[in-house]
Amino acid sequence: MSVLLSGNEALARGAYESGVTTAFGYPGTPSTEILENLAKFGSAVYCEWSPNEKVALEAAVGASLAGARVIVTMKHVGLNVAADPLLTLAYIGVEGGLVLCVADDPGQHSSQTEQDTRQYARLAKVPILEPADSQEALDFMRAAMDISEKFRTPVIVRSTTRISHSRSLVEIGERIDLQREIAFQKDPSRHCPLPVWGRKMRQALEQRQSSMAEEADATTLNRCEIRSAKLGIITASIAYQYVREVFPEASVLKLGWSFPFPDNLLRSFAEQVQQVIVVEELDNFLEEHIRSLGVECHGRDLLPPCGELSVPKLLAAKARWEGKDYHSLPQRFATDTLPARPPVFCPGCPHRGLFYGLTKFDVVVTGDIGCYSLAVFPPLNRTDVILCMGGGISMAHGLEKAGEKRKIVGVVGDSTFFHSGITGLLDIVYNRGTTTIVVVDNRTTAMTGHQDHPGTGRTLQGEETIAVSIEDIGRACGVRRVRTVNPYNLTEVHTALSEELAAAEPSLIISRAPCPLQERKPVGPCHRIDPQKCRRCRACLKLGCPAIENEQGVIRINPLLCAGCGTCAEVCKFQAIAPISQEESK
Amino acid sequence: MTTSQKITSIVLVGVGGQGILLASEVCARAAMLCGLQVKANEVHGMAQRGGSVIAQIRFGQEVHSPLVAEGMADALLALEAIEALRFHQFLRLDGLAVVSTQRVIPITVSSGGAVYPEPEALLRQTFNRLAYIDALAEASALGEPRAANIVLLGGLARHLELPLAVWEDALALCVKAKALTSNIAAFRRGLALTENC
Repeated sequence: MSVLLSGNEALARGAYESGVTTAFGYPGTPSTEILENLAKFGSAVYCEWSPNEKVALEAAVGASLAGARVIVTMKHVGLNVAADPLLTLAYIGVEGGLVLCVADDPGQHSSQTEQDTRQYARLAKVPILEPADSQEALDFMRAAMDISEKFRTPVIVRSTTRISHSRSLVEIGERIDLQREIAFQKDPSRHCPLPVWGRKMRQALEQRQSSMAEEADATTLNRCEIRSAKLGIITASIAYQYVREVFPEASVLKLGWSFPFPDNLLRSFAEQVQQVIVVEELDNFLEEHIRSLGVECHGRDLLPPCGELSVPKLLAAKARWEGKDYHSLPQRFATDTLPARPPVFCPGCPHRGLFYGLTKFDVVVTGDIGCYSLAVFPPLNRTDVILCMGGGISMAHGLEKAGEKRKIVGVVGDSTFFHSGITGLLDIVYNRGTTTIVVVDNRTTAMTGHQDHPGTGRTLQGEETIAVSIEDIGRACGVRRVRTVNPYNLTEVHTALSEELAAAEPSLIISRAPCPLQERKPVGPCHRIDPQKCRRCRACLKLGCPAIENEQGVIRINPLLCAGCGTCAEVCKFQAIAPISQEESK
Repeated sequence: MTTSQKITSIVLVGVGGQGILLASEVCARAAMLCGLQVKANEVHGMAQRGGSVIAQIRFGQEVHSPLVAEGMADALLALEAIEALRFHQFLRLDGLAVVSTQRVIPITVSSGGAVYPEPEALLRQTFNRLAYIDALAEASALGEPRAANIVLLGGLARHLELPLAVWEDALALCVKAKALTSNIAAFRRGLALTENC
């Protein structure tokens, strides 16, 4: 049966078909929907959102050692968090197949960095497969499971934004019934990398690399398409699709299993063509290696070193290769004259009240990763630095210890707090810090599309569970000043910030209200501005609410957008903003 | 259906939350019902928080890239007036722009002093073929303001090579049964409005 699937849906389907019974992950664009879709297979596959990617991979190792087939999902920066277990896992190896599905984000559509996960494959000495469309996403996931068990190694399946979020037709298959007995077999010399055994594992790892390279030379996952002998292109992943459009006559070595490098295949392909161009997105990972084999090739000399590839970029590369000029299409309209439309806090977003409250204080705000990173933009301008998950808490501590004169506020989301915030909080308490930490708790992992987390009381597969209390964690970390505020009440927010910033000890403020986007209902009745009372003081515009529209001094609330949170009515000094009464709205 | 090598490329743009994904899904389904290969791409994540969004669909006998290259789109469907201008460079010179008159004021205009331009003259000078439709009013008149996207899709469908009947079958696959009648009415209204474009 042929169905239209996104890359992420196809990866989930491939995992299901390959007999996976356990799956772990942490949400992150563009990887999130892999686990969300796998979870839909119900009791056939146990799926969970782990608190972070490191925990997810460690849990997956446990499942693998018990004999289960397992996948772990994350975005590229998630693999930074999970790098520690990955590098050791390569030593101890797997029992049941273990595949990491890692989604890179070339072009940084939704990410703080652009990273090439193939570098991790080389660092960890584990194989990596790179599907080029949804069909391959499914097929490669199945192949990855077999490779994992054959070589007792973790395998990375690397997706990218354009693979994960593009849809194409897929022929789906049946699930393998493995009938596998789950039982951990005690064998310390295989499972405990103490130096005495670790050194042996290290040697075995080299041997395994050679065997895998031989397999990569022979595998059908790598494919030679011989057309013209004049030009041969070596490529992988989504870049293959662009190559086929721009160089329809060229011979192509399409790599699906790119590391360990299939050296014999690379050499023999290069021998069949007069010139070689390596077309790869992000790092010149293949090109450097191919050059090291003594094969002359083009690559980075023709292509940009960062950002997404595209058909126009390849057309420019082709022109450069042919020694011609490339002219991109002239703009018929100067788009830089248009007002920008950056992402913003949604109407009714509870983060708005907290960050608006922070605009009243001369403090440094160390922010974190999530919807609330949008507070960095005007008109709120109330986040000063963003590093990584949990960094909002630890950076605040470092600023204080360095002697920053202003008070420091660290802001972190609820899911992010569970992910990596707790250890930073411990640091502040233990090392006698006094910073104020705010958890903006909207009861969900919002930015990635509303996933549950340890604080929500519900699991990925919809079971009720203990809702872990952020307040209790704060107190357990040793914070004595813990308080909860309603971010829709600006007075309450202001009082809490004033008091906690004045305290000579660490404080934890939980700013709590659920994300209205997830609740799928307005916070309250739609509001409107009474033009008779409005003095055009623009105070409401400082909230940065997209429902409050101002064109040439005429300020109104768009009733199609207003979520009824009432925050604008609170900041209006002239009582010009009020809820529309029920009679009027009829 | 034609057996030519032609690939049809469509770009849909608007503001997060306007219903781009549904319009994109209906397009994809319609092409699939014709037995064509389909590739589509949609934006997720950060851009959905009220920012500009884009979806791209390509269909034909054999499709490689899921993305539409600049100057290669046969049609551009815009649910918001200035978003059509922002993404105009995707459209072929002789391609059709189907644009809603709806304006969503960006935060940079409301609080930042940027100006929302008067779009119609700019659209007419940018696009050789333009259907500029008050899709929101048309859909509201049919009792279903949320079907503004489907009115525009009707406008688009008239100028694509897929048989018109297929679109209504595709709609039936994509919208809930109780909304089907109003969506088909919206689709037909869009068809009627672009007869002369």
